[in-house]
Amino acid sequence: MSDDVRAEWPLYEVFVRGKRGLNHVHVGSLHAPDDEMAVRHARDVYTRRNEGVSIWVVRADAITASSPDEKDPLFAPSGDKVYRHPTFYAIPDNVPHM
Amino acid sequence: MDDHESVYDGLLGSDTSHWAFGHDFEDPLAGVDTTLPEGVDGAELAAYCLMLGDDALVLSHRISEWCSNAPDLEDDIALANIALDLLGQARLLLARAAAADPGVTPTLPAGSPVPPEDALAFFRDAGQFRNARIMEVPNGDFAHVVTRVLLVSAARLAILERLTASRDHVLAAVAAKGVKELTYHRDYAGRWFLTLAQGTDESRRRLLAALDLLWPLYAEMLASHPVEVSMAAAGAGVDPSTVADEVDVVLEQVFAMSGVERPDRQPLAGVRGRVGRHGLHTEAMSLLLAEMQVVARAHPEGRW
Repeated sequence: MSDDVRAEWPLYEVFVRGKRGLNHVHVGSLHAPDDEMAVRHARDVYTRRNEGVSIWVVRADAITASSPDEKDPLFAPSGDKVYRHPTFYAIPDNVPHM
Repeated sequence: MDDHESVYDGLLGSDTSHWAFGHDFEDPLAGVDTTLPEGVDGAELAAYCLMLGDDALVLSHRISEWCSNAPDLEDDIALANIALDLLGQARLLLARAAAADPGVTPTLPAGSPVPPEDALAFFRDAGQFRNARIMEVPNGDFAHVVTRVLLVSAARLAILERLTASRDHVLAAVAAKGVKELTYHRDYAGRWFLTLAQGTDESRRRLLAALDLLWPLYAEMLASHPVEVSMAAAGAGVDPSTVADEVDVVLEQVFAMSGVERPDRQPLAGVRGRVGRHGLHTEAMSLLLAEMQVVARAHPEGRW
């Protein structure tokens, strides 16, 4: 039996893939006692309406995120470089998910 | 797709047929042949469907009482999902009972719009219900509902797995749908059982107390009633006693992993051999039905 008793379950971030060929998308977060139960909880909370064919969960404290303070140095320099966007090409109709 | 107003836009794209409200869901009975198989007695099939259906209905009601009371929002939703799955099974099974033998359906005032499965659910008294008593006993703590779902789903899953081969196409279809649902219920409850058993001293104490309380009701689910034996002989049903060993093996595995001893408790006695399958229930059953049925009975001509 574990001596490590916490007041609250750890927070997990949940990613669901809608169908084959699409990416997993972040849909929300939940609390769970362990990784396996987090998958079950994610199934119950986020895929009740046929949303998914695959679930990823990850402990929220395992995610390293950028800080809002770094917004300008990280993202502003790309703002004026329109040539990096492939907007000068027409995308054929039969190319999905672009 | 770049700018997600809602996270679900990202999941679903513009394909709204993927969305809820009846779209894109399997209808388990669509295209299923509802005629009685040759050699199967309609009245017996109806009695058998009531046994399976009442188990699901009564346990569904008990689990639904957990709504908003679970220790965490996530388990609240998990338990509500399980209750809804069971309610879905009950609806199909009661509808099948009424179709196989219209005589089982309680008589309502002429012109009442209440469908037969609702009449069976809301207008029968305790003595007419055929569920095993483990479904009806009052809720306890969270360990109690985990243990009850584990014991019931282990037994019901084994029965429905066999029932997928039923000569009655409706029962076979209901069983095929139920197997997927019950596999999840058993997995959910089994994981929680292990977690509580290996958790804190308090969680383990509560789990053992719940198991001790529910164990005397376990054997009744897997005892055979003459209707079950006869339906099994006709190739339409399953005699629960034939899967008892299989269910025992599953539970022994869960107990062994959890470090829990199989309780040494005798089965709860019936009265002169009569148990839940004969319509003999605990006093909790009438109280459960009073709450479940009061609105429907107050408005027998109501449309819902």
